[in-house]
Amino acid sequence: MQADRISIGQFLSRRSGGKRVNTADALTYLYLTIGTILMFGPVLWLVASSFKTQAGLVKYPPPLLPYQQVQVDVEGFDKPLPLYTVTEEDGTVSELAQVRRVGIEAQMVDPAEPGAERIKVNIRQREPVEEVKLAWENYLDPLIELENFDFFTYLKNSVIVTTFATAITLVINSMAAFALSKYHFKGRDAIFVLFISTLMIPITVILVPVFLVITSIGWKNNLWGVIIPGAATPTGIFLLRQYMLTIPDELLDAARIDGASEWHIYWRIILPLARPALAVLAIFSVMWRWNDFLWPLIVLSQNDYFTLQVGLNAFQGELQIQWHYVLAMTVVTLLPITLVFAFLQRFITTGIATTGMK
Amino acid sequence: MRILTTLDPLTRPLLFILVTAIDGILKPIQRRVGIDKMGYFFVLPNLLIFGIFVLFPMLLNLYYAMTGGTKLFPADRPFVGLDNFATLFDCENFSQPNSCQEDLFWRGIFNTIQFVVFQVSGIVLFSLITALVLNQNIVARGFFRSVFFYPVLLSPVVVALIWKWILQHEGVLNAILELFGGESMRWLLDTNWAMFWVVFVSVWALMGFYTLILLAGLQSIPPELYEASSIDGANTWQDFRFVTMPLLMPTMFVVLVLSLIRAVQMFDQIFVLTGGGPGTRTQLMVQYIYTTGFSNQIQLFGLSAAASMVLGVSLLILTLLQLRLGNQSSLA
Repeated sequence: MQADRISIGQFLSRRSGGKRVNTADALTYLYLTIGTILMFGPVLWLVASSFKTQAGLVKYPPPLLPYQQVQVDVEGFDKPLPLYTVTEEDGTVSELAQVRRVGIEAQMVDPAEPGAERIKVNIRQREPVEEVKLAWENYLDPLIELENFDFFTYLKNSVIVTTFATAITLVINSMAAFALSKYHFKGRDAIFVLFISTLMIPITVILVPVFLVITSIGWKNNLWGVIIPGAATPTGIFLLRQYMLTIPDELLDAARIDGASEWHIYWRIILPLARPALAVLAIFSVMWRWNDFLWPLIVLSQNDYFTLQVGLNAFQGELQIQWHYVLAMTVVTLLPITLVFAFLQRFITTGIATTGMK
Repeated sequence: MRILTTLDPLTRPLLFILVTAIDGILKPIQRRVGIDKMGYFFVLPNLLIFGIFVLFPMLLNLYYAMTGGTKLFPADRPFVGLDNFATLFDCENFSQPNSCQEDLFWRGIFNTIQFVVFQVSGIVLFSLITALVLNQNIVARGFFRSVFFYPVLLSPVVVALIWKWILQHEGVLNAILELFGGESMRWLLDTNWAMFWVVFVSVWALMGFYTLILLAGLQSIPPELYEASSIDGANTWQDFRFVTMPLLMPTMFVVLVLSLIRAVQMFDQIFVLTGGGPGTRTQLMVQYIYTTGFSNQIQLFGLSAAASMVLGVSLLILTLLQLRLGNQSSLA
């Protein structure tokens, strides 16, 4: 491994053709640096804040890292006591633990001598001793005991909606795309145009009647009511059809000569060959369904059926926003999508670049 | 992953049985109707869902828009003709939302127009600059491309919460401002600033998507053209003006169309970030449709449907207009 040894400066300023950095390049990297801070900074700030305690969150100006007051175990006390730096009037400084506070007077004890007499200190003379510590309880409490935020139920609902909707979309869209790209039947082009013409018609335009259909079927406050209406996506049909058009018809004819049925051809030939396009559609569908908000908000009005997005919105809309929990749960909600992105980044970016769809 | 592999021996035979069963049902049908008519079978499931949940509702929406009352089922709703539209358009002075019977609807329209103009120009401007920067020979291009793209994946609720936290009165933005001698503000409660932030946040969240499309457009420009222009002695600006811009026009057009159509339908991000406030300053059209039909105590489905038809018609006009302009620009 005898790679060329170059300094970091040289590496960063390396350009094609071996030229050195000029002003335009400097501007380019300045733009990229500011851009990176603006794009990533807010998410990092969210993550950093989510590890602060409730008391830590109200501090202003906010510290960069999550600090917590140090708690010490003192002999003779059941619970750990908060530690303070006390500056006495004569200027001596010592670290004492607070036993209790009465008005403006704090009763302190020296952790080294738990048996000694209590020291009375004016609360203005003490400063909390702090250390960097992650408040994991922000993440753990909502998982077990929060009354109005049932995390696991929401997560379960979100996962059900996302997986079922994506599976159904993949199956029915690929079947339709197969029909529209490989068969010649009466009305085929009309059906294709019908599908595609709704590309630009969002569900927001037909909220009321779709709600009626859902209610009549009995799917109000039912996850099927969220899953099914958006399953027949015109985007997916368009994407898959364009891809299937590139599969040569001779392949299908050869299979027919070998005695394969049409269903067999779809299942054994078309689906495996269309895998790249199916992967792109699957990723899109997961993204759409996981992030979906307006339609679930309308269909699901009972707490038990909320998806993560709807639950999170209800939770943050309470009179007293419990930011320490809201921030932690926001991080949990963005985690799966971030992981999908980290692993499937290439698929997503090329998929969007080639289809122009989101 | 372990769950998947343990489930595999179970799902594989199940899937096999299912697929074989479907095949068993379809074979006799195929023998009777012939190969090409099998297309109907394959298109059927999608067509059914499409028909029930898209096509039928589209027609039904028209009926809803012409009925009144607060009942959901069409049979219980009195026919009122064009009353809902008359209510929506009952204005003494169309430039003054206050003078309208449904002042919230008109405020929504005015806010939407303002939002669309600023948001779309912001998106076009910043995604173009970013795409041009990313198209250069830079170190770690893949990384920087991901950086600008990442927010696109975040859900609108998450995006809104991230910024709500930053913009709150005791938030980090005010702290930074005070550090540099600025004054802290209640950004989302200030009538002048709320709209700015709503636009800013949605440009932040969406520009990466359009950057990617423009980047693909830039990369499809043949490099020979730049070689030719450099032989002719063109400078960077001339390269941009006479080679890049004309060849990027079709892609820019796609960006404009998509971002416009999406901006008109903006809802969730703003709903969580400001709730349409302060007052009704950032309430857009879709929020009016939602509030009128679904979140108000008295659910006026007819009015909501009528408003959504106004939205649908404006989307249609925008699409047609753009198709026309698109044809013209590709002819030129």
